Amino acid sequence: MPSLKDLRKRINSVKKTRQITSAMRMVAAAKLRRSQSDIIAARPYAIKTNEVLVSLVTRTNPDMHPLLRVREPKRGVVVVIASDRGLCGSFNQNLFRKAETFIKQNRDRYEDIQMVLIGKRAGDYFKRKNVAKRAVYTIGTPSYELASEICDDLIKGYVNAEYDELTIIFNEFRSALTQVMHVDRVLPVEPMEAEDDMMNVEYLYEPSEDILLEALLPLSLKVFMYRALLESAASEHGARMTAMESASKNAGEVIGKLEIKYNRARQSAITTELMEVVGGAEALKG
Amino acid sequence: MAEEYIQVDVVTPEKAVLSRKAVEVVAPGSQGEFGVLIGHTPFLTTLKPGQIIVRTEDRDIYLACGGGFAEVISDRVIILAETAEMAEDLKADELKEEVEQAREKLRQLGKEDPDYEKWEKRLLRAEIKQRVLENWEKNR
Repeated sequence: MPSLKDLRKRINSVKKTRQITSAMRMVAAAKLRRSQSDIIAARPYAIKTNEVLVSLVTRTNPDMHPLLRVREPKRGVVVVIASDRGLCGSFNQNLFRKAETFIKQNRDRYEDIQMVLIGKRAGDYFKRKNVAKRAVYTIGTPSYELASEICDDLIKGYVNAEYDELTIIFNEFRSALTQVMHVDRVLPVEPMEAEDDMMNVEYLYEPSEDILLEALLPLSLKVFMYRALLESAASEHGARMTAMESASKNAGEVIGKLEIKYNRARQSAITTELMEVVGGAEALKG
Repeated sequence: MAEEYIQVDVVTPEKAVLSRKAVEVVAPGSQGEFGVLIGHTPFLTTLKPGQIIVRTEDRDIYLACGGGFAEVISDRVIILAETAEMAEDLKADELKEEVEQAREKLRQLGKEDPDYEKWEKRLLRAEIKQRVLENWEKNR
């Protein structure tokens, strides 16, 4: 039986833990709200870029651009977007498991697979694994600049035929409770079909359709990467929020149990003391 | 033309910077600066890093833009900029520091360094912002 002092110590320490987890829950909730508004703020640009891109692709010869060219998939690159920080439940673990299954499944298809790891956690996890790493990035706060930097290297590599297919694995935000894992192949760019109801405006293109397309294709990849970063960040905060919420709840339960134990121990200590007093009094009488 | 004004939207991947009615828009097209007034033909162009001026009825708004696209359709101008900042949000001393930092970095790095291009771009952007800020202050 642990002593009263030990029990009190444990109760206090679990209470402190609960304070921390509930504070983290609140911070995650605030950050989640900001991430969500970031996603919404990024939408108009993404929608517009895509619209312009589709209208351009349908007007030009799609074999023209190196990013549209399909090669025999011999070498693949996998981008894994995780988080910088831990304590967000199974957010990262699920993602890494998915990435490893993906690599296993595609061992036969590709001769060679390289990884691009985004987020400190991804870097740590794959550090000791036997995989080829192309690049490792830390996120900080997700910015378009970072997305642009990541993509610049990837685009250069694709154009120089260093690899033939690019896949991005990331968590898409649905709600604080659910994230949907995405495995998207983004390069080569899938041929696009113009939608029928799309506004058909006759534009004046300057300089020319081809040059515009050449500028827009990398841009659309960057926009996709930026969106993936934002979605992943929102998912991370959501996952952390739920993880911390259940941690706080569990801490509460542990505190409850410890308090019962503490009260019992206190009660039995009092009983023993009483018995001793009564026993002593009896002995004196006798 | 039924409409008296053109609707101007400047959006970056991170946020919508500006959305308002204007009389004229001047933007740095890759083939040279161009102005858009009411009744312009539908038009799509790339933008190079430079200065955007949105002339509204009561004042001119200056923006520094880091390249992108502009689309003009029926009295609507949409500027998809990779970066865009309003002149009134720019701070002269911060920009000066940015320029100096970039110059210093470029001096340290060789031309062969993979980061050289990145810093060159940063320097260019900071210099454009400086110029835009100066122009804005002059015309205020």
